[in-house]
Amino acid sequence: MSGKVRSLIMQAVIGGGLLAGGQMIGHGASADTTINALFMSQAAYSESDVRAMTADFEKANPGIKVNAEFVPYEGLHDKTTLAQGAGSGYDVVLFDVIWPAEFAENKVLVDVTDKITPEMQKGVLPGAWTTVEYKGHRYGMPWILDTKYLFYNTEILKKAGIAHPPKTWAELEKQAEIIKEKKLVEFPIVWSWAQAEAAICDYTTLVAAYGGKFLDDSGKPAFQTDGGVDALKYMVETTDKGLTNPHSKEYLEEDVRRVFSSGDAAFALNWTYMYNMANGDPKESKIVGKVGVVPAPGIEGKSKASAVNGSMGLGITSTSKHPDEAWKYIVFMTSQKVQNKYAKLSLPIWASSYSDPAVTKGQESLVAAAKQSLGIMFPRPTTPTYQQLSTQLQQAIHTALLKSASPADALQTAADAAGGGL
Amino acid sequence: MSLRSWLLLAPLLALMTFIIGWPLAKTVAVSFTDAKLLGGDVHWLGLANFQRVLAAPAFYEVVWTTIRFVLISVGAEFLLGLLAALLLDQKFHGRGIVRALMILPWALPTVVNATMWRLIYNPDFGAFNALFTQVGLIDAYRSWLGEPGSALYAICLADVWKNFPLVALIALAALQSVPRELRAAAVIDGAGPWSRFRAVILPYLIGPLTVAVVLRIIEAFKVFDIIWVMTRGGPANSTKTISILVYQQAFSFQQAGLGGSIALIMVLISALLIAGYVTILRKQGELK
Repeated sequence: MSGKVRSLIMQAVIGGGLLAGGQMIGHGASADTTINALFMSQAAYSESDVRAMTADFEKANPGIKVNAEFVPYEGLHDKTTLAQGAGSGYDVVLFDVIWPAEFAENKVLVDVTDKITPEMQKGVLPGAWTTVEYKGHRYGMPWILDTKYLFYNTEILKKAGIAHPPKTWAELEKQAEIIKEKKLVEFPIVWSWAQAEAAICDYTTLVAAYGGKFLDDSGKPAFQTDGGVDALKYMVETTDKGLTNPHSKEYLEEDVRRVFSSGDAAFALNWTYMYNMANGDPKESKIVGKVGVVPAPGIEGKSKASAVNGSMGLGITSTSKHPDEAWKYIVFMTSQKVQNKYAKLSLPIWASSYSDPAVTKGQESLVAAAKQSLGIMFPRPTTPTYQQLSTQLQQAIHTALLKSASPADALQTAADAAGGGL
Repeated sequence: MSLRSWLLLAPLLALMTFIIGWPLAKTVAVSFTDAKLLGGDVHWLGLANFQRVLAAPAFYEVVWTTIRFVLISVGAEFLLGLLAALLLDQKFHGRGIVRALMILPWALPTVVNATMWRLIYNPDFGAFNALFTQVGLIDAYRSWLGEPGSALYAICLADVWKNFPLVALIALAALQSVPRELRAAAVIDGAGPWSRFRAVILPYLIGPLTVAVVLRIIEAFKVFDIIWVMTRGGPANSTKTISILVYQQAFSFQQAGLGGSIALIMVLISALLIAGYVTILRKQGELK
């Protein structure tokens, strides 16, 4: 009996603690306006960078407090919609390039088209605006301008007698074969193919290279044809040949960074942020100074290089009670001054930054790759039901990688299921 | 019951109805519609959601995955828990410390446990791979959570590690209630260890153990967090359980209606399990 009583008391204590914790949220000093912002702690700006920027904002704007929260990318979408569904929550949210359609249709984000000044319009790279646009309206400011680059270990390539990084995916496969034969590393290429959006980003890069399409002009699935199938075939083939690290099926971007930074891979596909962490931070990397970066390769006769649009923007939620303060914060975070200052993990959205020595110094090869890649960024499909489509595709990719179905069949199943089924 | 007892119960009943009844009623209402999580127009669909769920092969796949998870996890927890309890019932030096240590896994939050096991299974740096290669059981590092053949078992192991102490604890408590004279008498009568266990100890264990196992089955049937953290249902949906399907439909895809209908089917199955649990409890009450 005493055990029962004790557990009841425990429950009461825990419950009470939760309630108290719940009450604490949102109660800042009464004179201040507190806005809640949701970010991710994965790729691009680090959590400490975002906190430092936020502290600068608070210093410059007395009376506004920003409560920044961080979740892994995988939780960002659901956290945003759940908070919205509950009718309260964040004022400012970070959103991925694939969500504006859904967020605009469901009125999660506020239309900010009118708030964008001519100076912003002129200064920001034209391609960056596509991140926040849906049906001609803008739902935020682009903030993280990102795509996946091909990173390579210069030392391994040198030992293998390879003079230049690959320009085509076929060439990459050949170089990986040489590296594997010479036993420089067991699995030369590492990717982020976990059953998550990360796998779609790698797949999209290949689809772009092969000249494929996700949807046809009428909005019906087209990835089960031509380039879409070729892309998945390439993924399966490099896995079968032992050129791709077989654990890639379990990896997200951070796993790719760890494997590559330990010197266990010759090639890796990853976002901008990996460059300075792998090449410049001895605490995070065993291959400091040995990292090369180029645009992801192309396919002979089809493309010279390939890139996925992996940009993200900052927007105001429709439930925000302080949209003006929220916008002020967004303008500050996306300003050229702030972006130039923190350009090591994420390159600015501002065109003139790319010729500013303060930004380019120490990362010349990254900036050179960016100049080519950012111009050819390939979008993932713009549809309000993107989450379903992506889930079906992730499943198709895994089914093919695990040899349960051929790439063509797996993608056909995904195409058939798109829009229906479970 | 008298009016007075009803009156005394009324505040609590009202609270319970509000806390439990309202969300349940809302889920039932939503499951017959095409309601979206983020609002918008809602249309009455009748049984269409349920028909769609029950017609989808994907639904039966997740049900089967869930059943496998329940059978493997709870089965292993039962066996391990019972053995651990029998061991800890013996007198030996440091028994108190071992008993306290055993509770530790159970006291860990599931998310912490899942994260920890993810590190243990890590295909490049994980302790699991290191151990197995060093003792020669496998010749190369494997992706335990990345292969459909091993992912579910890997999760089951993590779940068993965390939850067998609960079974052990309940069994241990039951063991204390076995009268000492009875054990001594059995020894004097010349009963061997097995017949002592079967004839003397088991009758005292069976009741509490059934309760523990049924509770674990109900828990395991709803499994979500450990899987969400370790594999998110992958690879190739090989670890996708009913709860994950509900979450995905209702929150990732915002199909509150469809998600609600799957949740309701799940509630029905849970209700059956709970009915079984209550029957067992009643029977035990009658026995006493």
